[in-house]
Order: sequence, then C-alpha cells, then structure tokens
Amino acid sequence: MALTMARITVLANPKRFLDYSSALLPWTGGLAFLLLAVGFFWVFFATSPDYQQGQTVKMLFVHVPAAWMGIFVYAMIAGASLGSLVFRHPLSDVAAKSAAPLGAAFTALALFTGSMWGRPMWGTFWQWGDARLVSELILLFIYLGYIALWNAVDDPNRAAKAAAILALVGAADIPIIHFSVQWWNTLHQGPIITSAGSSVDPSFLWPLLIIVLGYTLLFVWLWLLRMRTEVFDRRARTLMLAKGA
Amino acid sequence: MAEFFAMGGYAAYVWPAYIATILTLTAAIVISLRAHAKARENVRRLELEIGEGEKQA
Repeated sequence: MALTMARITVLANPKRFLDYSSALLPWTGGLAFLLLAVGFFWVFFATSPDYQQGQTVKMLFVHVPAAWMGIFVYAMIAGASLGSLVFRHPLSDVAAKSAAPLGAAFTALALFTGSMWGRPMWGTFWQWGDARLVSELILLFIYLGYIALWNAVDDPNRAAKAAAILALVGAADIPIIHFSVQWWNTLHQGPIITSAGSSVDPSFLWPLLIIVLGYTLLFVWLWLLRMRTEVFDRRARTLMLAKGA
Repeated sequence: MAEFFAMGGYAAYVWPAYIATILTLTAAIVISLRAHAKARENVRRLELEIGEGEKQA
C-alpha cells in the first residue's frame, strides 16, 4: 500500500508523468495495434458462423469490447474524480477530463453496434422498454454532460470540482447497467462471461479476449496521449502568463 | 470472396457496425495524436521564446 501510494505520489509530479508516459506510449500503442490485428484476423479468417446466430456473431467482437470499455472508462473517471475531490491529487482531474471523450466514443459504438445486432436477432434496432439499452443511452448522456460541464466553466479549479461531483453522481448508472439484465429480463441477454465461467464457445472466446485487451490498451495509449496534451496545455498557459508579466 | 462480403445474408448489419467502429477509433487516434503534437510544439516554442527573452534581458 505504502509503495502504491509512493508510486502515485511520484506520478503527481507533471514532469515525471511526462517522462514515464513518454516511455509507455510506444508500448501501449504498439501492443494495441498488434492485439487488434491478431484478434480481427482470427475473427474473419479462423472462426465459423455461430450455429444459431450465423454471421451476426461477428458483432460480438465489436459490440462487447466497446460496451465493456464504456463502463471501464467511466469507472476510471469516477475513481479519478474521487482522487480529485478527496485527495486533491494534481493529475487526477487531468486524468478524468482526458478519458471522457474516449468513454463517450466507446459508449456510442456500443449503442450503434448493438442496434445493428438487434435488428436481425430481435427484429428491432431499439426498444425503450429494455433497461440495458436505456441505461446505456443514459451513460452516453452522462458522458456528454460531463464533457459539456468542463467546457462550460471557465475557472479550471471550479470546473474540476463540478465535473468530479457530476462524475460521482453519474456513477450510480454503472451498477444499473450491470444488473439491468438480471433485474429486468426483457430483450438484452444476460452476461456471457462471469466469475463462474463463460457461456461463449471457446472458438469465439479467445479472439474476443484478445480484442478486449487490444481495446483496453488502445484506450490506455490514447488516455496517456490526451493527459500529456492537457499537461502541455496547462504548462503553456502558465508560460503565457509568465511571458505577459 | 463474394461469400465473405455477403456475411451469410447479414452484410447490411455486420459491415456498418465494423465501418462505424473503424471510423470512430481512427478519428479518436488522429484527433488525439494531432492535439498532442500541437500542444507539445506550443510549449517548446514558448520555452524557447522565454529563454531568449531572459538572455536579452
């Protein structure tokens, strides 16, 4: 614990963060591309159609990773927001702000690919009565509201505080998304991968796990890039003030 | 090849999902890389300008 805290404190120094992240960028980006290339090559050239779903099973590999990332990124934002409000960690609001547009993009993709999968399998693109679909749409709105709030408040400290509070309130949607398929059993199916095991055929499970890992690394790569951009922008503002003085 | 693109009759759903995924992720990569390069260059330029100002003074 002490070691973890020490590491986090070390990274609180923007200069050190720039050094560490610079070393991580080629690895996270490179590995993300490699995993996505292997995963999708596997999907298109080494998997067969599903015995029930036919070729619509191809949706699995773009829908599940996007939906997983939408939730994972939100958890990162909520954690960073807590770090910002409680521990006043200097990089935590940078981390939260930088992650939000990526989480919104993944959530939008989860909704779109889900709708493309729903039409042939359920007979509809959208169903207002399904709790999983609606709670996922609410997640997209929370992301957009969060981004808008950052842009609406001029003072960075006040914006950070307001955005952190919004992120923590919005976190209530995450368990609702997760449990929606059990609480309200309507259109969307239940979880296919749980702590008890997986109901996915092994021929689909392996490429799926590789692609999920690829998406995660892609996010980490872009997250680091965007955090660095924010650190540079804040440094530029300080320099501009120093220059003007 | 034609069979591959037909996706067992589900081409109208499978390909839009993949195209949207590729476009969205590519846009995220391009936007993030460009903003990063621009911000880094901006700081480098400002540091140079301030450094030169100090020398002159």
